[in-house]
Amino acid sequence: MIIFEGAVIRYPRAAVTAVDSVSFGVPRGALTAVVGPNGSGKSTLIRALLRLTPLAGGAITIDGTALAQLDRRAFARRVAVVTQREALVFPLPVWEYVALGRHPHDNPWGAAPMRSDASIGAALDRAGIGALADRGTDALSGGEWQRVRVARALAQGGEALVLDEPTTFLDIAHEMAMFELFSRLAHDGMAVLLVSHHLNLVARFADTMVLLHRGRVAAAGTPAAVMRVDILEEVYEWPLLITRDPAVGAPALLPLRNRGLRSPTPIP
Amino acid sequence: MKSSLLWLGIAIVVALLAVAAIAYGAVPLEARAVLDALSGRGDPVTVAIVRTLRLPRAALALLVGAGLGMAGAALQGALRNALAEPYLLGVSGGAAVGAVAAVAFGASGPFVLPLASFAGAALAIAVALGVARASGGRADPRVLLMAGVIVGAFANAAIMVLLANAPPNAVRNALWWMMGSVADAGWLTVGWLSIYVTLGGALLLWFARDIDVLALGEESAAALGVDADRSSRTIFLIAALLSAATVAAAGLVGFVGLVVPHLVRSFGVRRHRALIGGAALVGAGLVVAADLVARLARPPGELPLGAVTALVGVPFFLVQMRRLS
Repeated sequence: MIIFEGAVIRYPRAAVTAVDSVSFGVPRGALTAVVGPNGSGKSTLIRALLRLTPLAGGAITIDGTALAQLDRRAFARRVAVVTQREALVFPLPVWEYVALGRHPHDNPWGAAPMRSDASIGAALDRAGIGALADRGTDALSGGEWQRVRVARALAQGGEALVLDEPTTFLDIAHEMAMFELFSRLAHDGMAVLLVSHHLNLVARFADTMVLLHRGRVAAAGTPAAVMRVDILEEVYEWPLLITRDPAVGAPALLPLRNRGLRSPTPIP
Repeated sequence: MKSSLLWLGIAIVVALLAVAAIAYGAVPLEARAVLDALSGRGDPVTVAIVRTLRLPRAALALLVGAGLGMAGAALQGALRNALAEPYLLGVSGGAAVGAVAAVAFGASGPFVLPLASFAGAALAIAVALGVARASGGRADPRVLLMAGVIVGAFANAAIMVLLANAPPNAVRNALWWMMGSVADAGWLTVGWLSIYVTLGGALLLWFARDIDVLALGEESAAALGVDADRSSRTIFLIAALLSAATVAAAGLVGFVGLVVPHLVRSFGVRRHRALIGGAALVGAGLVVAADLVARLARPPGELPLGAVTALVGVPFFLVQMRRLS
């Protein structure tokens, strides 16, 4: 379980606090989604989790251990993170790339190859890309590449999976397949934290939603508790309508035409 | 199986090149005579040519190539930059300043010279990376290259200043050395360079897996448990040590670190342990071959070794550059 406890993050030379007293938990066996407008602090939380940006206050704990007390490799064995962007300068065969997920387990001269090979094969299968193992990463479609990245994260073998906007640039079928995969992984017992802009899909798949607004939690809870007109209009600064997803009954959002009444505040 | 045959083939080619480097020169020798001379038999003049001139020269060329190849492979991976190499990053230039300064102040020898070079190289890479970072050069590999070229130009100027007060003979030697040469190879130089190359190479092989991960980018490296800042600093220092040692021994031999890793990748090698190992072998072969060309192109005179590698490397660089944009 990953817990953010009053996390405060400030970027140097920035006037505003990027993340201000944010608290929420990512339990096992559930899909937790962080949503919010651009610049609301979603990716900053991920950077703090990766210790690329220091916490100015509060704490992040992994299964009760403070992040600062875990060494980086131990963290990577427990929590796998798929970052927002990744472009390879030197392409790799998919198998080799997914094998890098075993890095936190390897000693410098190589781990027990049998166990690693099994984990890599299993990761490829769970991500549904067993057929791509011999392909080069430069010969993949956008959807395939995202799946390959998820497979690398699964090869890390931890109990938590963190994904930062993994379905941007994907078409409907690939996006749905990814959400199905995350939901399956969560219900198989992983703690899954998903950062996404796709409120309607999140509302269908997530167990808990955390809505960020200017670095603070504006609302958190079940999709029904967060997907409310008053809350979302306030946060996104746009008129909208909440309806019911006719297929599954989850709350769904429809943005309305803006009759020149309001415009979003520029991102600081 | 297929790859071990490939490496065996490359090793044989490198060995043949080394034998050719011993057999060909101002005085051509029969293969038979070379073999006899190696074991100390036959004509004493031939023995002297082989043992005190050609053998150390070939050994020095092999070591210089191995060191530069490995440094280039490590730098390209850790910097995620297909154009990175010690010479173009100004690392070699910085090393040359260190070495020339040491000589100008009367210091030399197997410890002072390489260490002075290392100090210059480490400073140069720190400045180049600092300048590139300050101008937001993480995204574009060409920004770092520009910073490196500027550092190299500054290093050149610094050397000219140091040489301005040196006696003419020293200037001539220094110029020859700045163009890269293994002509003055002696066993002492071969001895200490082999220690630096072995040490630096072993360290790079040890960190090779971290380089695999660094090549994915800072965020992905963090996600896989690698502290990108600390880890890449370590790797830059080792690469600087390797480059500095080769510069102290043989002057500025450019583009080897650029060409060699690309050649090895073209054999299908991707992971950095194999890539660095392969770069050592291919680099060794390339510099021995370049030195052969340097000697045989215009006998009895010689071309500077650095000029030969640049003549090969510059077109190669342009092709890579085109591929980037």
